[in-house]
Amino acid sequence: MTTDPITENPGAPKSFNRFAIVLLVTLALLPPALFYSGNPFWLDVFTRLVILALAAVSLNLVLGYGGLVSFGHAAYLGLGAYAVGVPVYHATYGGFESIASYNGWVHLGLAIGVSALFALITGAICLRTRGVNFIMITMAFGQMVFYAIVSIETYGGDDGLTIDVRSEFPGISLDNPLTLYALCYLSLVAVLYLVHRITGSRFGMVLRGARANEQRMRAIGIDCYRYRLVAFVISGALCGYAGFLLGNFTTFISPEMMDWTRSGELMFIVILGGAAYLYGPIVGAIVFIILEEVLSGYTVYWHLPFGLLLIFSVLFLRGGLSGAMDKLTGRSQ
Amino acid sequence: MESSIFLIQLLNGLQLGILLFLLSAGLTLTFGIMDFVNLAHGSLYMLGAFFCASLTLWSGSFIVGILLALPLAAAAGWLLEWLVVRHLYERDHLDHVLATFGLILCLDTLVHIGWGPAGIAIPLPDWLNGQVELLPGLLFPSFRLLIIATGIVAAAGLYWMVNHTRLGMLIRAGASNRTMVGALGIDIKTLFSGVFAIGAALAGLAGMLVAPITEASIGMGNDIIITAFVVIIIGGIGSMKGAFVAAILIGMIDTMGRSFLDDIFKLLMSTEAAETAAPAISAMLVYIMMAIILTFRPQGLFPPKTR
Repeated sequence: MTTDPITENPGAPKSFNRFAIVLLVTLALLPPALFYSGNPFWLDVFTRLVILALAAVSLNLVLGYGGLVSFGHAAYLGLGAYAVGVPVYHATYGGFESIASYNGWVHLGLAIGVSALFALITGAICLRTRGVNFIMITMAFGQMVFYAIVSIETYGGDDGLTIDVRSEFPGISLDNPLTLYALCYLSLVAVLYLVHRITGSRFGMVLRGARANEQRMRAIGIDCYRYRLVAFVISGALCGYAGFLLGNFTTFISPEMMDWTRSGELMFIVILGGAAYLYGPIVGAIVFIILEEVLSGYTVYWHLPFGLLLIFSVLFLRGGLSGAMDKLTGRSQ
Repeated sequence: MESSIFLIQLLNGLQLGILLFLLSAGLTLTFGIMDFVNLAHGSLYMLGAFFCASLTLWSGSFIVGILLALPLAAAAGWLLEWLVVRHLYERDHLDHVLATFGLILCLDTLVHIGWGPAGIAIPLPDWLNGQVELLPGLLFPSFRLLIIATGIVAAAGLYWMVNHTRLGMLIRAGASNRTMVGALGIDIKTLFSGVFAIGAALAGLAGMLVAPITEASIGMGNDIIITAFVVIIIGGIGSMKGAFVAAILIGMIDTMGRSFLDDIFKLLMSTEAAETAAPAISAMLVYIMMAIILTFRPQGLFPPKTR
């Protein structure tokens, strides 16, 4: 067997550790338990949490592992959600026969396909630039989708669009909140496993190598651009899938969900949880949801402590919560 | 008739371009000299508008309001630099983006607490409320003319400052080699604070000029800041000349697209299709242009020389 200089790299990604397992088991058991003990509200909170975590995991693939600071990921959430809303709208009110459908597979295909295509086109342009240009350009493309949707009055423009019928799959009904939660949860686990496999593979090594030192990667004959583009497309498609789930969960979609401040929140989730930690985005999503639910219960001005926390975590908490936890337990990445 | 509409839209485009330049000038200064990405620049634009609104209502004069609000906006910039921004210069861009995103949330909320959720309209004096006949049959609001004039004066002042004053010399020197300027005995920290405050004042000025048209409202900076980013990306990040050219270009294209694209589309397709497609395309026009320019020139139109 020939040795590959890349997979020989000793810095293999950390496998699922105990903490991650506790986290996932809790997410599997707690929400249904709360639901059956008469707190259906909390099941909704957890569904949102899991969907946000899923989107953050997809962002983490490029942001954490690839070092590509994408500030436009909310656009993919939106594209995925509109991939449910638009076919349902046309199936209900007519027009645009080619995509009008209640069929969940159509929605799923559209969500992933459109997101991947958008990621491919914009990624091909964005990835030609570095650093701060990349941040701003991804942001600008995200905002482009936002404005485009705002200006299409057929789909409600600013006011948004109500999804009258959830995606229909044979055998299961997403109208049942537990079924929907199960789908979201299993998707999260599957995507975590996928990202785990990707980052551990040769491809993932190249991606992380390109973040650490692009020149060296080029010196050993690797075209970082192509690897990054593939990672960007995978990330976009996964985030679009999260959007598909989000659309089915909220049954109401509006351009507001893809505003650039939403992308900022996704980045906050990834960074606070700990970028380049597999389960970091889940930790981040939990903290984000807790902050949102708790703080917004106390005051309408909850963005103030939230913003302050963000500033403080950047100034003082490097490596995010997962990094801090590793430091406490004496592990380092 | 058609040509007068065209001329008016041309002036509107120029006015939008001038406002964008005022905003992106501050971004370019802070990025060029300090390598700092400031998302909260739009919040300074908003603060300027609110300061001006309150001071105008208090003093009864829009001009007094502007004159008093300008130093306040600069002071707000100075304070932000001292409190947060200063501690981030050594960090990477990701940290800049996250921390200034946090600043936006804080400032938006503080304005909400201070001024309430509703927007504030700024009353204009009578001599600014009318219209001016530029050419026979060509009427243009005098306030918009004032915006254009103020912007041009500010741009000229900035050009003079950067190229012909000692401060400008330090700014240019700082942009090309920070460490060396510090080694030559210049107080870099104060210079950075000063530049940040100038940028804040320019952004605030843009906000003050917009507020009488749109009213001062929470989050008003969060939309336009993205367009300002597009401007400095197209212009070449860190290049003042690039920012000016790109700002005018974007202002023109955005305005023209919104006014005339549906007419152009109607020549090519059915009226119904044109009325659906034109708003979406014109909303995306600026970004499409950015994509095209970046495809050919990834560093923008006027990339500054690498350090």
